[in-house]
Amino acid sequence: MSYKAKFKVWRGEGGEGRLEDFTVEVNEGEVVLDIIHRLQATQAPDLAVRWNCKAGKCGSCSMEINGKPRLGCMTRMSTFSEDETITVTPMRTFPVIKDLVTDVSYNYQKAREVPSFTPPSGVQPGEYRMQQIDVERSQEFRKCIECFMCNNVCHVIRDHEENKTNFSGPRFLMRIAELDMHPYDVADRQEAAQEEHGLGYCNITKCCTEVCPEHIKITDNALIPMKERVVDRKYDPLVWLGNKIFRRK
Amino acid sequence: MTQTTPDAPVRRQRAQVKVRTLRTDRWWLVPLLTFLGLSSFLVYGIWAIIDNSYFVDPYIAPFASPCLATSCPEGARLFGWAPFGDWYALPPGLLILGLPGGFRLTCYYYRKSYYRSFWLSPPACAVQEPHGKYTGERRFPLILQNIHRYFFYAAIVIGLILAYDAVLALVHKPTGLGTWILVVNAVLINAYTLSCHSCRHITAGRLNHFSRHPLRYRAWTFVSKLNAKHQPLAWASMFSVMGADLYVRLVAKGIIAFPYA
Repeated sequence: MSYKAKFKVWRGEGGEGRLEDFTVEVNEGEVVLDIIHRLQATQAPDLAVRWNCKAGKCGSCSMEINGKPRLGCMTRMSTFSEDETITVTPMRTFPVIKDLVTDVSYNYQKAREVPSFTPPSGVQPGEYRMQQIDVERSQEFRKCIECFMCNNVCHVIRDHEENKTNFSGPRFLMRIAELDMHPYDVADRQEAAQEEHGLGYCNITKCCTEVCPEHIKITDNALIPMKERVVDRKYDPLVWLGNKIFRRK
Repeated sequence: MTQTTPDAPVRRQRAQVKVRTLRTDRWWLVPLLTFLGLSSFLVYGIWAIIDNSYFVDPYIAPFASPCLATSCPEGARLFGWAPFGDWYALPPGLLILGLPGGFRLTCYYYRKSYYRSFWLSPPACAVQEPHGKYTGERRFPLILQNIHRYFFYAAIVIGLILAYDAVLALVHKPTGLGTWILVVNAVLINAYTLSCHSCRHITAGRLNHFSRHPLRYRAWTFVSKLNAKHQPLAWASMFSVMGADLYVRLVAKGIIAFPYA
């Protein structure tokens, strides 16, 4: 069964633009990205949208649908009523290139600032021996598809552009947690998480977890455990004393 | 078509949407209900501190336990002790409420809830916050949130004392409704305490080799399951402790006076 849906889509280049009204056909089983493609095919051939897999696995079609960060390809039209006007805008935290396409290079810059996996000296690739229970915690974080919706929704940078320099966002704090929990990683991640990547900015309001399309428990399993590790390292005198007495690293 | 390079000023601008949010759902409802729930807890707590009807044998109101001053009735004192002696004349709740209060104030779940509902930072996801500047938990006073684990240690002791109070009531008045209210409250308080993120970290979360510490790993697995329910346990235990406290005070005042009260 098809119907005509009302859409408001943000059109423009750079920061300048406006919401444009469209009325467009919707068919059973379609998702928002299908509708954007129909708009391209029938009414707005120059409408820019980034997409790739249409299966919720590439993280390309991140956008804001009725104000919420969502993947266009995973947002079913059946979740909206037929008389509802659906607003589609680009991710708010990142600069707009054109229409729904944003410049997410901030994220690539932050990714480069996280030192890669650092094994102990003397252990060669192929010699790592780990139990499954030692690595499964980090494996949850490997599900990340880098849609950057967690960084987009995080109010630390969404509402405060000036914090972008000092805050890497949930995506890369999760990456740091992943490495810090790795049994074979020896790099100092805790000091760097707090001082260089801005873990202290996080006030654990869990929006990153709410929008994650892979349902990764970013706050509970990465950010809070990382905050607790930083407390061990910087703020807990008993742990400090225990480490000195028992010569723990 | 206009071409822009990555360094062009126009490429550094976000979409200029003038409204705080384009969300169309009732995003304000949860922060509003949270605000009302937490405010009622605060108001009740202040009233409970100054109210003196906190003991009726064998029940002691949770907000006044442990009672550590000579001014407490003998039956209300923990193991009959009164370490604060007779010089302490203020309400007994004042002595200890800072510990469970501090535990909840610095709890990771409550932080989320009051940052959202009281400080609107942010009020809801993808809703612009009203503040011009944000520094997070990096500076005084919010850097003090890092002492949460010390409040956790104190909360473990308080939880055990509430369980002891419930067992005493069970021994002396097993058919009393108040006994079973205190038992349910003690279970919820202890479940909330054990589900804490700091507890999860202390059991084994700080380790990178679970396989070398099988017992701690099992404890971590158990606490992790509880931790997934931390939010509902936070609310359930908050209302249970208020409800149990109010019930004991109403019995102590004679307002509730049926035979199996």
